[in-house]
Amino acid sequence: MATGESQTPDYQQRKWQNLRKLLERSGPFCHPDFEPSAEILDFIMNSCKVLIVGAGGLGCELLKDLALMGFKKIHIVDMDTIELSNLNRQFLFRKNDIGLSKAKCAVEFVNKRIPGCEATAHHCAIQDLDEGFYKQFHIVVCGLDSIVARRWLNGMLMSLLQYNDDRSLDQSTVIPLVDGGTEGFKGNARVILPGMSACIECTLDLYPPQKTFPLCTIANTPRLPEHCIEYVKVIQWAKENPWGTTTGLDGDDPQHVAWVYEKAQERALKYGIANVTYRLTQGVLKNIIPAVASTNAAIAAFCATEVFKLATSCCVNMNNYMVLNMADGVYTYTFSAEKSPDCVACSNNTQVMEIQAEATLQMIYDKLCEDQLYMMKSPGITTVINGRNKTLYMSSIKSIEERTRDNLKKKITDLGLYNGADILVADVTTPNTITIKLKFIENIDVEMSR
Amino acid sequence: MIKLFSLKQQKKDEEGTARAGGSQKKASAAQLRITKDLNELNLPKTCSTEFPDPDDLLNFKLIICPDEGFYRGGRFVFSFKVGPNYPHEPPKVKCETAVYHPNIDLEGNVCLNILREDWKPVLTVNSIVYGLQYLFLEPNPEDPLNKEAADVLQSNRRLFEQHVQRAMRGGYVGSLYFERCLK
Repeated sequence: MATGESQTPDYQQRKWQNLRKLLERSGPFCHPDFEPSAEILDFIMNSCKVLIVGAGGLGCELLKDLALMGFKKIHIVDMDTIELSNLNRQFLFRKNDIGLSKAKCAVEFVNKRIPGCEATAHHCAIQDLDEGFYKQFHIVVCGLDSIVARRWLNGMLMSLLQYNDDRSLDQSTVIPLVDGGTEGFKGNARVILPGMSACIECTLDLYPPQKTFPLCTIANTPRLPEHCIEYVKVIQWAKENPWGTTTGLDGDDPQHVAWVYEKAQERALKYGIANVTYRLTQGVLKNIIPAVASTNAAIAAFCATEVFKLATSCCVNMNNYMVLNMADGVYTYTFSAEKSPDCVACSNNTQVMEIQAEATLQMIYDKLCEDQLYMMKSPGITTVINGRNKTLYMSSIKSIEERTRDNLKKKITDLGLYNGADILVADVTTPNTITIKLKFIENIDVEMSR
Repeated sequence: MIKLFSLKQQKKDEEGTARAGGSQKKASAAQLRITKDLNELNLPKTCSTEFPDPDDLLNFKLIICPDEGFYRGGRFVFSFKVGPNYPHEPPKVKCETAVYHPNIDLEGNVCLNILREDWKPVLTVNSIVYGLQYLFLEPNPEDPLNKEAADVLQSNRRLFEQHVQRAMRGGYVGSLYFERCLK
């Protein structure tokens, strides 16, 4: 491929001619509403903002794929730094980059390598970025290794949804999430339309539980090298606290790993167990599953294709969960994961309660119990004020009841609630904690309506 | 399937400034779930909970005072720590009272299947409470964490009972000292 400044607009056109065939012509496999146009390519290149979450195995592939597809306004976020063991598959990094930010190195490489690409890096945790940040994107695609992070991101995108007065979803607030994941030779890719199709939380039970061993086995009858390492991790560390009681075990700290390795070896010797190695110790401590570069490449390609389809509407999206297994031949299966009607994250269970501004919490409580709309038994009421959870009243737990009883007499405005504030109500009569939005009404209105 | 971005309404705020009247961040899924769990907590009369901070529903203590079995009359405190990955992962539960028990070691680790390998997201805090209560009614010498106690229970129930009594009154069992934990 030619490099440098010798590119001509001609060349640019040649470069994109395959994409233009897809975007400027209709065809039997197109989305029924697809309107071919030259503007679509312009949209991808100059308007469409895509966020890649994670700059690891999948993230590098995704960044490369999307940038080569013409996406320019790409942001990538990752809190990690580059390690030696990443270099076999995270091909945007070189040996000199060890210790540097993954997001920054990846962006630097791609911007240099692909003319016109304007990728932006964020070297921080996803939790450090706020609503305003996430709101700017058209599409989010993630290649993460953690369920907590996925759930957080999912929750963030769900909280950006807005609903019309008739409770229908305001589709302009939907930011699609394309999620990829790999584990050895297996992987999955899925498309989530927040509020419209199954989300991470809807299908939480699809994630396999973390591999754990019964505590009594690791304590008394270890048989596997993993048992010895688990023992040191779960029991011996807390007992001996080799770096003091305030220092928890950190799988990224080579000294910690070495300590665990040594103790695990002692234990293995005692029980005649072989094969406790440093690598295995690291693996058990950090829950490492060997990553396979080609699985990452395949899953990232699936995800990038879905992002392209979402951005251009040229094709119907995958519906909506694809599994790939390359452990024995190549097998894929795509199924439609169902949206759970009472999912804690994506079901719009927000109700509106009209209440006078000078009402007390007791009045809300009574309304929840007596109003035909609710008819609750013993509602527990909490809220979130400035990002902090606050328990307003909970009758079912004695110690909390005693300490929140006084709140009942207080005016709701004195408790920090305001017009439009959300309260969270849990009760046996509803399958989930529900959100109730307070709408202040004035006394006069009540009198006039009589 | 919808057409998400009709080309007319495609522009997003370049700087990504928050919309006016900023909606508040929703409570996390773990928080919503634990609120539900706790509100529906149906404690047996031998159990009670304590919340050091009523606004923090993720950290609390469970106190079990068995009214029958070997541990009748004792008072045992367990700490619960609910993490952000609840209910995908179980809460971390530790016994804060030193107890002579086959399934609880002296560091407070508890060997209860649903706290580790058999945890499922459908289980609740209530399931754990019942599981812990059951450990006091039926200590299980087959899966020991305190092997000595388990051996004694298996070979001589009378002696085991005496050991439990001595530990709960405060005193030595073998070379190990136990704080008094009678109610």
